[in-house]
Amino acid sequence: MTRGLTRHFTSRKQTVEAVQGLDLEIGQGELVAFLGPNGAGKSTTLRMLTTLIAPTSGSASVAGHDVVTSQRDVRRAIGFVGQGNGAGHRQLGRDELISQGRAHGLARADARRRAAELIEDLDLAAVADRKVSSLSGGQRRRLDIAMGLVHLPRVLFLDEPSTGLDPQNRANLQELIRRLHAESGSTVVLTTHYLEEADALAGRVVVVDHGRVIADDTATRLKSGLGDLVRLGFGSPGDSARAAARLERVPEARVEVDGQSVDLRVKDGSAMVGELLADLAADGVPPTRVEVARPTLDDVFLDLTGRSLRETQQSPTTDADAPSAPTESEVAA
Amino acid sequence: MSTFVTDTLNVMNRELKPVWREPMAVVFAMIQPLVFLCLFAPLLPEMADGSALQWFVPGIVAMTALMGASFTGANLMEEMQSGSHERQLVSPLGRPALLVGRALKEVVPMLMQVAIIVAVVTPFAFDLHLGGVLAAAVILSVFSIGVGALSFALALASKGEDWMFWTVQQTLLFPTLLTAGVLLPVDDAPRWLEVVSMLNPMTYVVDAVRALFAGTFPVDVVLQGVLGAGVVAALGLWVGVRAMRRSS
Ligand SMILES: Nc1ncnc2c1ncn2[C@@H]1O[C@H](COP(=O)(O)OP(=O)(O)OP(=O)(O)O)[C@@H](O)[C@H]1O
Ligand SMILES: [Mg+2]
Repeated sequence: MTRGLTRHFTSRKQTVEAVQGLDLEIGQGELVAFLGPNGAGKSTTLRMLTTLIAPTSGSASVAGHDVVTSQRDVRRAIGFVGQGNGAGHRQLGRDELISQGRAHGLARADARRRAAELIEDLDLAAVADRKVSSLSGGQRRRLDIAMGLVHLPRVLFLDEPSTGLDPQNRANLQELIRRLHAESGSTVVLTTHYLEEADALAGRVVVVDHGRVIADDTATRLKSGLGDLVRLGFGSPGDSARAAARLERVPEARVEVDGQSVDLRVKDGSAMVGELLADLAADGVPPTRVEVARPTLDDVFLDLTGRSLRETQQSPTTDADAPSAPTESEVAA
Repeated sequence: MSTFVTDTLNVMNRELKPVWREPMAVVFAMIQPLVFLCLFAPLLPEMADGSALQWFVPGIVAMTALMGASFTGANLMEEMQSGSHERQLVSPLGRPALLVGRALKEVVPMLMQVAIIVAVVTPFAFDLHLGGVLAAAVILSVFSIGVGALSFALALASKGEDWMFWTVQQTLLFPTLLTAGVLLPVDDAPRWLEVVSMLNPMTYVVDAVRALFAGTFPVDVVLQGVLGAGVVAALGLWVGVRAMRRSS
């Protein structure tokens, strides 16, 4: 749990308010995703919760221990997979897993056994006994994740765990996280840029932007009301205009025409496509092209803030002497 | 065993893994001292009290220890950049152990290098006094731990900025070597240089190592050497542990 967590960075007289008065309560055993664009403050929040940096103001406790006053207790309880590579490049993967286990107080034999298990689980058998620097990006990422799991942490923090993984391994990772969560009842807090990932994994999605929480809900509810995007292409502008007119009749749909294509935004659009196509074909304007897109982070963002992610800009405030009102924020894990 | 000891051993073992696995890297790391040895040795004047090599080799040994240990911060720097330092900071390993374990590890490559140098020069005009060499290795171990700790502290202070680390390291390295009388005697140096030399703890380490390599055991010189190395170690570990505690 965290309370009024705030962190400023000051460089060249510019104050970046990376995290501003975060109040969060995460219960034991929850699986939570922090979703937000680059620079939103996700990593900074995780770094505070994992004792790497101290909050500028506010406080946080993780697994019942204060992140400033009981750092060692926090460290014993958590696993952390950062945005970088946790395994030393000059080391062998297996050695790093064993040494991480030993650091968490496992006996040598237990550390070995656990390392072997994780190598199996993360499909690292072929590369675990090679120098880490020779591993591919995705292999290294899986090794990082394995390192965070060695001691079956009560609270697991993952900073963009799926970055650099191919779709297959992304799915494996999601499966692994779900399993770990189900089997050990660990609390899992992860960050991601992808709504689908948050959706697939987490029961709860916390959307952050400019260091603030702008939404805290289930992915399903965040997306509801957004609808899927169905993009249809036609042979001529005339056809598309005619199709658009017909599509206007779909209840609660928003229709936009752009030359030869028509965008239809509607709830459960993907389920409706078959029917739509049949209907348009019957009307004599069969689409030549169909695309269906699920709502993305960008759509959720647009919905929440009224601006698109592309318009979002970093706005470091220059008022170095503005009082940093110590807000009540609580992040509980 | 206390947590500190267990943690320190854990950190040290981890740091030693690449050393055991690739011992040749230790040899490559000493190219520079070996080149100095090859280039300078033929230029050395014959000395009244025996071969010049006898005087020069202990200096090269001390130089190797200084260089090896002072470069070692670069390894930590790499870990700071990659994220594996961060991972260790989040683990329950004690901060002092993260520094001390690394510094203690410096002894191993240093001893390997001393062994290589001694093995290389013994067939030439160099008298091996094994007892003295071993005693000198003890002093050099303490010295290496200190220099290694200072190098790690510098890496931490540089916050992953390579240029900062290398600029400071290179700026300090050669003056330290020269004023310690490693390559040339400082006996006839101007007064100011003599003072700098006297303030340089490495001077005493080099003097002690020379005496011991020559098979002599002048108690005062040896004690001063132990003290010089001890001062470096104490300072290095103190500064290093402080830097590690503040690291994030
Ligand atoms: N050490 C630092 N010094 C100065 N500014 C910093 C520092 N670390 C982070 N920031 C700033 O704080 C803000 C939040 O950064 P943070 O790394 O938490 O973002 P993020 O949400 O993790 O983004 P990403 O998705 O790119 O990883 C950014 O504007 C960043 O530039
Ligand atoms: Mg980040």
